[in-house]
Amino acid sequence: MSRQTNRGTESKKMSSELFTLTYGALVTQLCKDYENDEDVNKQLDKMGYNIGVRLIEDFLARSNVGRCHDFRETADVIAKVAFKMYLGITPGITNWSPAGDEFSLILENNPLVDFVELPDNHSSLIYSNLLCGVLRGALEMVQMAVEAKFVQDTLKGDGVTEIRMRFIRRIEDNLPAGEE
Amino acid sequence: MAIFSVYVVNKAGGLIYQLDSYAPRAEAEKTFSYPLDLLLKLHDERVLVAFGQRDGIRVGHAVLAINGMDVNGKYTADGKEGSSGIEMLETDTFKLHCFQTLTGIKFVVLADPRQAGIDSLLRKIYEIYSDFALKNPFYSLEMPIRCELFDQNLKLALEVAEKAGTFGPGS
Repeated sequence: MSRQTNRGTESKKMSSELFTLTYGALVTQLCKDYENDEDVNKQLDKMGYNIGVRLIEDFLARSNVGRCHDFRETADVIAKVAFKMYLGITPGITNWSPAGDEFSLILENNPLVDFVELPDNHSSLIYSNLLCGVLRGALEMVQMAVEAKFVQDTLKGDGVTEIRMRFIRRIEDNLPAGEE
Repeated sequence: MAIFSVYVVNKAGGLIYQLDSYAPRAEAEKTFSYPLDLLLKLHDERVLVAFGQRDGIRVGHAVLAINGMDVNGKYTADGKEGSSGIEMLETDTFKLHCFQTLTGIKFVVLADPRQAGIDSLLRKIYEIYSDFALKNPFYSLEMPIRCELFDQNLKLALEVAEKAGTFGPGS
């Protein structure tokens, strides 16, 4: 449908350098304000959550995906559609738990951390924790309570960046009509 | 103006946006809550309004369709009560379309029955909502939408839809 691409006539591209610098400025300012890595991690998660609850509508409006029937489908949509749409990368999905309620997203390269090195005094800082908040917020709006956390991080010397996603429960209150 | 009203309803069921652009010849809006205060009666194999008059629906008006399924006598075409929510309600003076997102937001459009392309209009309204309401950091979720840009762009989209729709079957 041509109407959907209507608003992109003037170039909507922004340089990814500006994005990296903006995110970096955000994290360093938070570090100055809070002085404690744990608090910064929490703030990043909160901010990510606020982004996620809004981003999900944009995602659903633009991508036209329907409701996922199980966590596997959700994982596919997150990795192949959402990450591709917003960060231009397609993480791999691995390490499914036997019960099918946990999986890992493997990011070969993470656009947020281009050019970043973590200094020793911030060893427990989870630099990209915003992403975990985004995932948590977005999935909560489609009635899934999940936990997202980094288990490997290239900034800390690991080979890849790995986000572990765990399905907690389906959110039953305020279900949209007809969704029982 | 063939599109009479647009409403946006949040997850909890509260109305967060309302736009009435034209009072159709059959008076203002028609909202139905259950139970209906019209008495519907089976008459000549059609469900007619037998008693009660409300907002321009008078005795003799017939329910034509619910959710796109023609009302056949007193059942919908597939024979069940059908309760996943109303997606479309058709009467002889207007058609009510409802689109519910996976997140529970509902977009309701009341339009002329001959107006085509409402489905794509509903998707477009969803995009406009996700742009001008949600990307405005000062707009809080689930609250009434008071964003100028949302109003403007919505009206623009309605104009486009009306023009496109009158040429026959829309997109």
